Amino acid sequence: MTATAPEAVVRVLAAGPGATLQNAGRHGYLRFGVTAAGPMDPLAHATANLAIGNPAGATAIEVSVGGIEVTAEFGSLSVAIAGGEFALSLDGRPLPPAVVLNLEQGAVLKIRAGSGGSWCYLAVAGRLVVPKVLGSHATHTRTGFGGVNGRAIIAGDRLGFELAGSSQPSISTIVAPWLNRPVDTIRVVLGPQHDYFADDQIAAFLAGPWTVSGRSDRMAYFLDGPRLTHARGYNIVSDGIAMGAIQVPGDGRPIVLMADRQSTGGYPKIATIIGPDLGRLAQARPGTVLRFAAVSIGEAVAARREEADLLARGIAIEPMVRTHLSSEFLLGLNLIDGVVGAETLG
Amino acid sequence: MTLLIDPRFLDAGEAALVVEFGDTVDPAVNDRVLALDAALRADPPAGTREFVPTYRSLMIHYDPLAIDRDTLIATVRRMLTGLAEWRGEGTTWTLPCCYDPALAEDLDEAAGILRLTRDEAIACHAKATYRVYMCGFTPGQTYLGGVPEPLKISRRATPRPPHPAGAVLIGGGLCTVAPFVMPTGWYVIGQTPERLFAAERKDAFLIQAGDLLRFDPIDLVTFRNLEQRAAGGEVVARKQAA
Repeated sequence: MTATAPEAVVRVLAAGPGATLQNAGRHGYLRFGVTAAGPMDPLAHATANLAIGNPAGATAIEVSVGGIEVTAEFGSLSVAIAGGEFALSLDGRPLPPAVVLNLEQGAVLKIRAGSGGSWCYLAVAGRLVVPKVLGSHATHTRTGFGGVNGRAIIAGDRLGFELAGSSQPSISTIVAPWLNRPVDTIRVVLGPQHDYFADDQIAAFLAGPWTVSGRSDRMAYFLDGPRLTHARGYNIVSDGIAMGAIQVPGDGRPIVLMADRQSTGGYPKIATIIGPDLGRLAQARPGTVLRFAAVSIGEAVAARREEADLLARGIAIEPMVRTHLSSEFLLGLNLIDGVVGAETLG
Repeated sequence: MTLLIDPRFLDAGEAALVVEFGDTVDPAVNDRVLALDAALRADPPAGTREFVPTYRSLMIHYDPLAIDRDTLIATVRRMLTGLAEWRGEGTTWTLPCCYDPALAEDLDEAAGILRLTRDEAIACHAKATYRVYMCGFTPGQTYLGGVPEPLKISRRATPRPPHPAGAVLIGGGLCTVAPFVMPTGWYVIGQTPERLFAAERKDAFLIQAGDLLRFDPIDLVTFRNLEQRAAGGEVVARKQAA
């Protein structure tokens, strides 16, 4: 018998569209047509979770540029926020975009779109008390799977947490320079159907330049740029789709299939974004211009290993000295300077 | 017969490998896919995560930090040399299907294109035995081959509005049963009261790739009755093991 863990509640005061619960994904059911869903930026999701002492794949709130506003009920909560360059505030006091803090009962944490990035993650130390679907909290709104009754988070939702411990972290910046990723070049492995395209079309695909379209969401990012032509038609007999697959339908405009993609599909896939660059693309806002660079499997695996090693070393956090830092000063800092500045002043 | 044909190994990024046995809808190709899928599921190599069979290929999701691509391919090749002809698990499903005009929204349109009467189209659809080639697109959705020649119809040029859950559709020479409301380029010719996916049911998914399937015509009253029972968690399709 385990003692009942203390509980606290995250109450959602306001939520823009597109805030969802996401764990590392609902894996094992692709063969039945069930998409994994999971975070759009897996690296940022893992960073937020690890910074607060959760397993890397634990359930966190994925916040879109629509933002979110939450408070704590029945006790305080230790939380971490990491992802794009979002604008954060606690009871009106601005914070850097990647922080760990103690959200006291009644305190208001606001997360708004900031200077860049499309997604950020709000991780709460502890275990979310929400029923799982097929073993996962990951939300897939198109099929009504997971999350809060299969839907996005809305104002008024109350999310219960079994608290992991009684630690009350002082407000600290998360030292995660790896989240500051340029999006101008996205690495891909060619295939699985690059043989449906002539060499000059593969060259055109890599050169771009591509502009992320406003039509992009958790299912797919549409790219505007040169029209690609197929050498062998654009209908294939359906096969599996990996996250990051770039399919080219009949109109020649590439579509990157993301976390909420369908499990199978029937258009040729010219290339697949490597795992470590999925979050990089996901953070690109509509209007972002990018190119693709083809890498070998070996290079892709090396990049993946580098990322795994980063996270295995643990996430450093650096306490900020709130009383000494004006909001203007904090807003002017980037992550690394914030750490150094806080130490100097402290 | 052994699986002598050498597949192509295609990369879908550094964490998924496509083992491609062909590029057509062909029971012999699908047999190979399902045989390899069964072998891998029985003895999954360390580092593999998930196997996704489709008409003509098997996608293997793997952790490239736990098993490298060359080792995975060598393992798959070794498995293939030991595989015999795949005979399936032999499950045949009889799925109730209502062809009433109230539910078969596109039946008249499709029959017109195929130059059949409504009753001819229904009889033709209900007499065939279908093979489940794959599940995909949405949870529990099954893609069926074995559509009789007179019912082979192209997809629509532009999609129609979303169909209801449980729609039985034809298009592209194939048939599908679609448990989720979705827009589609196929023709809705009937509806099953069965829930091919029900999260709360012990068997969340009923049908898998390699199964056989027949449709049992039912009237609207029977449909409503079965629909109610299915909503309560009962399986209303009939299952027959070999």
